[in-house]
Amino acid sequence: MPIETWLIFILSFMIIGSIVALEIKDILSAVIAVGVVGLGVSLSFIFLQAPDLAIVQFLFEIFALIIMVRAFVKKDYHQEEPSKVNKILIGITIITLLAILYFTASILNLLPEFGEPLMNTAQYYLNNGASDTGAANLVTSIILDYRAYDTLGEVTVLFTAILGALTVLRIKSKSHR
Amino acid sequence: MDNNSGMTIIVKTITRITVPIIILYGCYIIFHGHLTPGGGFAGGVIIALALLNVMIAFGREFTNNWLNINFLEKLESISATLFLVLGILGFLIGTTFLLNFISKGELFRLLSAGTIPVLNIIIGIKVAMSLFLVVWVLAGLKLDEGESL
Repeated sequence: MPIETWLIFILSFMIIGSIVALEIKDILSAVIAVGVVGLGVSLSFIFLQAPDLAIVQFLFEIFALIIMVRAFVKKDYHQEEPSKVNKILIGITIITLLAILYFTASILNLLPEFGEPLMNTAQYYLNNGASDTGAANLVTSIILDYRAYDTLGEVTVLFTAILGALTVLRIKSKSHR
Repeated sequence: MDNNSGMTIIVKTITRITVPIIILYGCYIIFHGHLTPGGGFAGGVIIALALLNVMIAFGREFTNNWLNINFLEKLESISATLFLVLGILGFLIGTTFLLNFISKGELFRLLSAGTIPVLNIIIGIKVAMSLFLVVWVLAGLKLDEGESL
């Protein structure tokens, strides 16, 4: 079976999971249904032959599940009552999306074939990556050698985010002690 | 050790056995980042999850005594600085920022690929410490009744 069939199967499974997460009453079941979406992304990375991304996605799904269970399960939560305005809004949204799909359908013919990118950079990395950097894992050779500057930015973003979280939350938890 | 905090004795015993193995696996993923799938980011998350496992099983107070949280915070900042220092070293020794200035070595060997394993280790420490610290701080947050965050 071609990869596209599997991907469509996983994607529809993810859509069902997110709808279940939105509609279900029990908060723990909703959190687990959100987990289905992330694990679907991880599976589709495996089908697209990107094990590095699949590992990271899988681990982060577990991490997010821990945080969400810790944060939400014992708390009361506000449930929105279904109202008439909501139904009208959902109808307007669906009609708008269908209109956008109708008017942009012709662009689908212009897209390149699946697995045939327009850019030639990736081919250069595949040909010369191992001899340029000496790393057997091409993904690592790209993120830590060719694109190490991007990784530095990523580290800075993580550092700033954790600094902010530590500063704000530490003050708050100290004042409640 | 206070036996009342945290989860049951079954969970504690299993955690005591599995956490060292999980940390070892995380170190393997980090050190082999330039040879097999994975790398600093994935290995760091594995180590952070192992430490979180201890925190969930034994409770926050036990983890506070077991780990030196202040040291972990310093380790996190130091690793971020080391990444920058390595980049500037590439500028000083060679020509460009973050240049791969150590000898490349032989393909498929553990000690190869120049600065890539070093950067992997730095990123692994950074990710592990920061992700663990965020959940550690969040777990210590207690809200008063009726107060919203």
